[in-house]
Amino acid sequence: MTALARAEERAERLVLVDGLVVRFGEVEAVAGVSFDVGGGEVFGLLGPNGAGKTTTIRVLTTLLRPTEGSAFVAGHDVVREGLAVRQAIGYVPQAISIDGALTAYENLEFYGRAMGVPRQERRERIEEAVDAMQLASFLDRLGRTLSGGMLRRLEIATALLKQPVVLFLDEPTVGLDPTARRLVWERLELLREEAGTTVLVTTHQMEEAERQCDRIALMDRGRIAALGSPVELRSRFGVPALEDVFTEVTGGRLEEGGSFRDVRASRRRSRRLG
Amino acid sequence: MSAQAADVRAGSVEAAVRSLPVRAARLRDGTLAMGWAELHKLRHDHLDIFTRSVQPLLWLFIFGTALQHNHALSGGSGDYRAYLAPGVMAQAALFVAIFFGLGVIWERDVGQLQRLLATPLPRLGIVLGKATGAAIRALAQAVVLLIVIAIARISIQWSVQGVVGAIALLLLGTAGFACLSMILASLVKTRERFMGIGQLVVMPLFFASSALYPLAIMPAWLRVLAHANPLSYEVHGMRDLLLGISAGGWLWLDFAVMSSFLVVTAVVAAKTYPRAIL
Repeated sequence: MTALARAEERAERLVLVDGLVVRFGEVEAVAGVSFDVGGGEVFGLLGPNGAGKTTTIRVLTTLLRPTEGSAFVAGHDVVREGLAVRQAIGYVPQAISIDGALTAYENLEFYGRAMGVPRQERRERIEEAVDAMQLASFLDRLGRTLSGGMLRRLEIATALLKQPVVLFLDEPTVGLDPTARRLVWERLELLREEAGTTVLVTTHQMEEAERQCDRIALMDRGRIAALGSPVELRSRFGVPALEDVFTEVTGGRLEEGGSFRDVRASRRRSRRLG
Repeated sequence: MSAQAADVRAGSVEAAVRSLPVRAARLRDGTLAMGWAELHKLRHDHLDIFTRSVQPLLWLFIFGTALQHNHALSGGSGDYRAYLAPGVMAQAALFVAIFFGLGVIWERDVGQLQRLLATPLPRLGIVLGKATGAAIRALAQAVVLLIVIAIARISIQWSVQGVVGAIALLLLGTAGFACLSMILASLVKTRERFMGIGQLVVMPLFFASSALYPLAIMPAWLRVLAHANPLSYEVHGMRDLLLGISAGGWLWLDFAVMSSFLVVTAVVAAKTYPRAIL
């Protein structure tokens, strides 16, 4: 492939990951992952705790440098053009990123400033994000008094202020009750229809992924075990549900993943959110 | 958009941010954004300022009054409480600053730090904005202390440039120690350990300085340490400005030391701070 052709591909594919490897000392958290995400797509990274989903997202959001391989987001190299990447993305990490000591509105204002939204546009953008995520009823409440579902919607709203090219959501519905979960997805669907935002989402909720994602990469032990649309994956493995695809490719180890530390962190988080 | 144009544009974003005025503007905006958030946090928690002001007042009125007429302690200047006043102002601010890193560890344990680092905010701006937050708290506390000092008629020399200058020095020092605290916070894994390290740092800084007693009455080894301690310069300058008693007119040195201290700690903190998420 010529350099120009490669550059063209980078511009078309909003996320382009090629042979990504991340090692922490002896541990290989991501062991050679390649995939791409096109404009307007909702792409799901699925897998048990410890499969390498969060590590992959951290590389794509410039928080971690890859050990090997390359990754481009919105046409920018995550290592060499980190700032351009950070300007083009919205990111909602798995853990709570709202400041509990500020009100919901102040959190929006702060992230508007942090993302570099010009002052004259800030108010309008905040209003749009408030509408999109239905936050109007609790704008004056302190972050630490909000419920899990409210927090998640507020977090997503703060990530929308700069109209991101790609939105990264790391386990957006973990610890939420079914109603809150449905509301979060409902708002995300609307966002996708109206703004055409590209979303890369990690989850270990199989049915959720099946319903919401255009394409799915099943990750296991740092590798992509299967990749395709939910329908493709089901028919390829000849099984009725995505959950069964997972059992097929991993040999049913869904329950074994995750260290003590992961489990402790996610339980603590769900307690706080619940 | 052609691919080449995309490449050129990508290159130009990176090239543009390397130019000095653009970098300076981003640093200013980033610092302001972080400082703005810190100010609003304080607004929701103003009781904090008053509870934190109790400890320095105890030092001033119990310790200070007990030793009020000890001329050796006050460097021969009369009222020990007046001598002590700048010392406890600096000490109270030091406590605010050194335990500021605790907030950084908290923000790492929830997800705020990762989120901040994935925004276009410059690292140095994040650090300086946080340090501004510590300085704002120190400022509020200093105002409370100065009001009490005025009401109690402790005989400091009131002048506009004296008070403004002393507060400026106090803010520089607080911001510097807050950056030092962020460096420590990025090196430890748990809040409990940070508390231990904070105590380990704060008490020697406090005692090996001229906050409580003049350098002249210290044993030689302690005096050497005190000379290497930024807090000594902070207190020395504040005493000069509020009491007019520090000998030698080394005020410019006090400001120079505290400014350099802030620059060095801020730059180091901006390097170590992102490591905190790992």
